[in-house]
Amino acid sequence: MKRKTVAFFDFTCCEGCQLQVANFGEELLDILAAIDVVMFREVMSEKSDEYDVAIIEGSITTPHDVERIKEIRETATTVIALGSCASIGGINGMKNSFKLEDVQSYVYGEDGKNYFETIPTMAVHQVVDVDYFVHGCPIYPPEFVKILKYALQGLPYTVKDEAVCVECKLNENECMYEKGLTCLGPITKAGCNSWCINYGNICYGCRGMVKETTKNASIDVIKKYDIPMDWIMGKFDMYNKATESEEKK
Amino acid sequence: MARSVNVDVKYLTRVEGHGNIVVNVKDGIVEECRLDIVEAPRFFEAMLRGRSIFEAQHITSRICGICACGHTISSIAAAEDAIGFTPSEQTTKLRKILLYQEMLDSHILHIYLLVAPDLLGVPSFVPLIDTHGNVVKRALRMKKACNDVCAVLAGRHIHPISSIVGGFTKIPGEKELDAMLDILYDMRPDMDSTVELIKTLAPAIPVFERETEYVALVTDDDEYPTLEGDLGSSDGLRLDKSEYLKITNEFVMPHSSAKHAKASRKSYMTGALARFNINSEKLNPKAKAVADALGMKPPIINPYMNTAAQLVECMHYMEESIAILEDLKANGTDQSEAITVGLNERNDIKVNKGLGVGAVEVPRGLLFHSYEVDETGKIENANCIIPTSQNVNNIEHDMSKLIHEILDKPDEEITLMFEMLVRAYDPCISCSAHFLDVEFINR
Ligand code: SF4
Ligand code: SF4
Ligand code: SF4
Repeated sequence: MKRKTVAFFDFTCCEGCQLQVANFGEELLDILAAIDVVMFREVMSEKSDEYDVAIIEGSITTPHDVERIKEIRETATTVIALGSCASIGGINGMKNSFKLEDVQSYVYGEDGKNYFETIPTMAVHQVVDVDYFVHGCPIYPPEFVKILKYALQGLPYTVKDEAVCVECKLNENECMYEKGLTCLGPITKAGCNSWCINYGNICYGCRGMVKETTKNASIDVIKKYDIPMDWIMGKFDMYNKATESEEKK
Repeated sequence: MARSVNVDVKYLTRVEGHGNIVVNVKDGIVEECRLDIVEAPRFFEAMLRGRSIFEAQHITSRICGICACGHTISSIAAAEDAIGFTPSEQTTKLRKILLYQEMLDSHILHIYLLVAPDLLGVPSFVPLIDTHGNVVKRALRMKKACNDVCAVLAGRHIHPISSIVGGFTKIPGEKELDAMLDILYDMRPDMDSTVELIKTLAPAIPVFERETEYVALVTDDDEYPTLEGDLGSSDGLRLDKSEYLKITNEFVMPHSSAKHAKASRKSYMTGALARFNINSEKLNPKAKAVADALGMKPPIINPYMNTAAQLVECMHYMEESIAILEDLKANGTDQSEAITVGLNERNDIKVNKGLGVGAVEVPRGLLFHSYEVDETGKIENANCIIPTSQNVNNIEHDMSKLIHEILDKPDEEITLMFEMLVRAYDPCISCSAHFLDVEFINR
């Protein structure tokens, strides 16, 4: 079988998810042997306009991004959204809680604000069709390898609609609520092996919300804790603002 | 003979983020020398307003995947300064390990994957997989080792989990300390081979000199400063970190298109070469030996030598990480220091109203974070100035001088020299913050 040509593209993001891939170490060479990487701007000068699989990192935040992602979709047979910026809008979505004009002038000043075009943050699938989603900020490497294998074989893959709490309980962590903290585990998609709680932190919701979301119930629970209401809403918005209208789907 | 050159490199590859180089020479007169930043703006400072200071680290770590630990540490330093919290000695030691490992990781990536291809005359590391398989494998192995140390210590390198305002949510025990030490002991032979490799490649580093001001953290003790210190420069400047805007002053006036003086001159350089030039006598002896082997003596005013300074630092950060870990192992870690914070629901950490600054050395130079919080810990104002935005001005001044020295060379060679110059600075253009050095020309 001919090796699939794969190209990486980065849009608005920290490029941490591409780096997670580069950080596979020597295992990276095994992955590279199974595919033919034709573009990986961060580490390669080579460029190509032809590829089978496009791996997209980052959110869509400028009119130019919209044009570029459409062109990529036309070229590629398979599109993979890599990381939460691409898969749910992620951290860049926080911008959507403000007026665009306000964020622009805050950072670039009254005169500078118009020099950088920006539009409300969108996940990739809000602009073009996406075939595979790799959630996480950053991606969880074992899940990426699994999804890549499915994608290369053209098999469908869907992320289980189950909360981080399921994995967290299996890992026998003491629940953050018992320790007096609030945690987004109950409404966040599993798949990261409850990464943050294993290391003593709370879940920030980076993998997006479970579909059967119990957001309102969670808000009621969190309300009992000593934090202001807008901070509670801020917690939900940190990763999920760009795609919040899709919660009920 | 007067010559015209027009270089326009779009989407500079092998630098983090997107940059365009524009050089325009007409009849021997330089009309334009520019490094454009075409990164989509990300508005981090604006997005932080109204949020809890206990979320600042989590969010600003996402400014840059490569410098996730640097942003984490600088953000925490600024936040703790703002709320009036002093970290424990153990916390400071653990933070240094994170920072050192990130420096090492980033420098290795830069030296092997981004610069070595230039010195070997190939377009990227990919052709090297066939011709220099062992070198590529070594690079990936070393990078992974740094990542693994961070993962043991903080859950992961890219967006570390346990390192937050107040300390660490998980403290490494003896098992973890041993795991980290084993990884680093194993790295030693690879580091020696790296030094040997760069020694053989060093003659290919371009020779180009321009005097400029170098800015780095300075202290009065004998530790090579990274996490704490005053702001110092090769022109003798010394300021408390709270006065950082005096050095980066033009960045506070984004609406002003007039050029402001920077530090003491038109431009300054920050990063490995600046640190080497200012603090080289504080390097670990093994790092000093690397510098000697490469014939490096401060001041070095060839910006292409930044890569060599990074190599010297690699040895330093590896050995110093080992030293801290050995010390922690000998004295044992205090597990009771593990903190449970979240959004500070339990009010374990006392919050005062205030303004704080974090000034931390990260791979590419000085990184500033600054927050203003109210008495509840709500962020009212935020600012972040990354090293690359401090260096862009200096790169442009280098380009303006360099072009005169290489005008008689063919276009391709000029283009490569410029690309290599920009790459030498290891610019992290993907970082959100301001790029106001780039004049607001019509884009
Ligand atoms: S999802 Fe997170 S780690 Fe990945 S690119 Fe976006 S900000 Fe970076
Ligand atoms: S700590 Fe968080 S993820 Fe774990 S069980 Fe409790 S709520 Fe769920
Ligand atoms: S625990 Fe939550 S915040 Fe952490 S990686 Fe998993 S989904 Fe993301």
